[in-house]
Amino acid sequence: MTTILVVDDSVSLRSMVTFTLTKRGYDVVEAENGEDALYKAKHTACDLVLTDVNMPRMDGITLCTELRKLESFKFTPILILTTENSQEMKHKGKAAGATGWLVKPFNPDTLLSTLKRVVR
Amino acid sequence: MSIDLSQFVPVFLEESFEGLEVMESGLLNLEEDDAEAINAIFRAAHSIKGGAGTFGFSNITDFTHVVETLMDELRAGRRSCSDSLKSVLLSSVDCIRLLLEAARDGTSCDDPQIKQVHQQLEAELSFDNKDKVAIVDNEFEKIEISSSPVAVKETQGWVIDFAPAPHLLMTGNEPILLISALADLGQLVTYAATDQVPSLDELNPEELFLHWKIDLYSDCSELAVREVFEWVEGDCSLSVLPLQTLADEVSEESVPNDSVSDEIAFDKVAEKSSTALVLNNESVEQPTIRSETASSKNNDDSSAAPAQNTRKIQADQGSIRVGIDKIDGLINRVGELVITQSMLGQVGLEMSDCDHPGVERLNDGLVQLERNTRDLQEEVMRIRMLPISFVFNRFPRMVHDISSKLGKVVELTLSGEQTELDKTVMEKIGDPLLHLIRNALDHGLETPQERIATGKAESGTIHLSASHQGGFIIIQIKDDGRGLDTNKIQEKALSSGLITTDQVLSDSDIHDLIFVPGFSTVAEVNDLSGRGVGMDVVRRNIEALGGYVAVVSEAGEGSTFTVSLPLTLAILDGQLIKTQHEIYIIPLLSIIESIWVSTESLNAVAGRGRLFLFRDEYIPVINLSDVFCLSETTKSFTNSLMVIVEGGGKRAGLIVDELQGQQQVVIKSLETNYKRVEGFSGATILGTGQVALILDVAGVIKMGLDSSTKQYPHAINKDDGYLLAKVDI
Repeated sequence: MTTILVVDDSVSLRSMVTFTLTKRGYDVVEAENGEDALYKAKHTACDLVLTDVNMPRMDGITLCTELRKLESFKFTPILILTTENSQEMKHKGKAAGATGWLVKPFNPDTLLSTLKRVVR
Repeated sequence: MSIDLSQFVPVFLEESFEGLEVMESGLLNLEEDDAEAINAIFRAAHSIKGGAGTFGFSNITDFTHVVETLMDELRAGRRSCSDSLKSVLLSSVDCIRLLLEAARDGTSCDDPQIKQVHQQLEAELSFDNKDKVAIVDNEFEKIEISSSPVAVKETQGWVIDFAPAPHLLMTGNEPILLISALADLGQLVTYAATDQVPSLDELNPEELFLHWKIDLYSDCSELAVREVFEWVEGDCSLSVLPLQTLADEVSEESVPNDSVSDEIAFDKVAEKSSTALVLNNESVEQPTIRSETASSKNNDDSSAAPAQNTRKIQADQGSIRVGIDKIDGLINRVGELVITQSMLGQVGLEMSDCDHPGVERLNDGLVQLERNTRDLQEEVMRIRMLPISFVFNRFPRMVHDISSKLGKVVELTLSGEQTELDKTVMEKIGDPLLHLIRNALDHGLETPQERIATGKAESGTIHLSASHQGGFIIIQIKDDGRGLDTNKIQEKALSSGLITTDQVLSDSDIHDLIFVPGFSTVAEVNDLSGRGVGMDVVRRNIEALGGYVAVVSEAGEGSTFTVSLPLTLAILDGQLIKTQHEIYIIPLLSIIESIWVSTESLNAVAGRGRLFLFRDEYIPVINLSDVFCLSETTKSFTNSLMVIVEGGGKRAGLIVDELQGQQQVVIKSLETNYKRVEGFSGATILGTGQVALILDVAGVIKMGLDSSTKQYPHAINKDDGYLLAKVDI
């Protein structure tokens, strides 16, 4: 089963994403910030990471950088969820090792169709 | 698949309200260089905006967007944090709250304040950023110009040359999935170029050597095609050309390729090629390019941790949100269980003399049942416990607003915010505390000029603290203001007819007068502390929660209001007592001790009924049977059983006939089911099925004192601390 690590400090967003994903048969591990996610990532075999950018303790960009340092996350797709649809943010994300991005607000259909680009 | 998002709206609203608290407290304490505070406010605004957009509250998104932009500029150091900005941002918090409340109630919000604040925010935004805004506008134009030609151009298909860089896999992108995404746009014919693939011994499995030429038969725009490759821009070379143009050029036997200059040996005969794929909108069988990545993953020990491990971590750290009605339902069930358990316990006791061999096992089982019920009850009650910070957090803003209105400089300090309290108690204590703090601000603290004149620091302090003490939570509001003016209070009480000139009162008696209904020392009614109905309402509200409030004050030094509240309102440990034929319950926490007393140890004092010397203090003796009018004749005190209790800050000895067992009782409200009855805080059902009333100790003491002093209304002496309750009659 495909396991997706969903990282967002907003409980409602996280619940929505998790609900959408689990309904589609994905296994979801939730984390509430980058630090939490990094810990869980080290103990979980994840196939994809969906992370918010602005979070307390550790932001999404730093999380990308840290995850890419892990051998097990060398090839894992990491999508950043951002409301900032700016080139700057995209470049920042890419430079940190993000695979791609999803611009908020998004609906469940957009989320699922975007996922098709990174998971089977 | 359609997903009903409305189910997440309550959670979104709840966390947004929490976010507002963060914003508010952050803004109140905001310092120019406090990056973390600015970040926290930004994040809160950002989350509200993001959630509002997702759940369709566009008015909240629009409003919060401006707030977020301002915070972002603060965060980036492009804007300084002026007082005017701070105050607009604080007002914006109020507006977002109004909008969220409207979203919660399903109403539309057209408060003029919102429009006004929105304009103020926009004005702040444009004020010192005119140049920057212009630059941003130019950027937008540029983007539009570059994107417009591709956006409108449409053909019957595209030829795509896609040559990913060798490191592409390490960005998490996978060419086959990108090609698959292209298939969503139309029908594909894909040719893979294998010429760059090295021999097996030279092959690095982490790198990518394949290139693709893809014919896409579709009427989609070039932009749609490029969007598929948006994430790999910079990690590949890509050309997208109209199919027709290319077909013309192919007929001239040349492959135009402005990005991939190398000659690529495409296998042009798709039908013969084993690497050609025909893709359409259906899902396709995909080659396992990721087999290397999968194996490298498996080689890593940390990634191979079992799935159960993950779930365990989640269980350790996670939390769930459930409706309060579910928890209340659970608590009610547990309450019923406690009653059933005490009923069974009663049966067990009755059967203990029985000779049946099963009785011992029954009793063992009952002991276990009792323990488990108690544990269960404690666990369930813990669910309802919340840190008192939920209440405390609203005060910094209030103090900030009121003190500036009054022209006072005030520092509010908090401690013990993590002290936990039952949610129901918490909801009801907010208003009384609010009033006590307003009072401290309005009456307690002096203006800066007055403070300096009396040699105090210009800034006054209010300290709000919470702590646990026994089964009570103690909340203190302490200020370093002028303290209560006993002369003024006494004069006022005299003129209002609350006391008479011949009454001699101690300072603490006088202080307590402020809780008497109708008492107010403010010459003019203002919109802060109300119309003098405040303090008695405060006391009544607190007493309705089973708590009490007391004040200690020193002229010129300040005042301390102490509010004591029971931790929970649902269940209490009670002592069953019998008087005449009635069984009553005294809350165990109110009982100091129970003793046998003889008539000689009771002193009859004119005007005070009887007193008992208890630990160097004379306490009034109250006969329950008299107070509740249970018998015609007054009982003699010869060898009586006395329960010494404390309530409302006063002590008294209650004469009872018999002490029965102690047990947990579920409190059933008298007010809800019948009406408020003086001297009782509620009722419960005993194991025998009998209904017993629970004594409101403070109320009973008051009733007892009233009945004993009514016979001698003039005999009030100084230092009769326990007679305080008399003054508001």
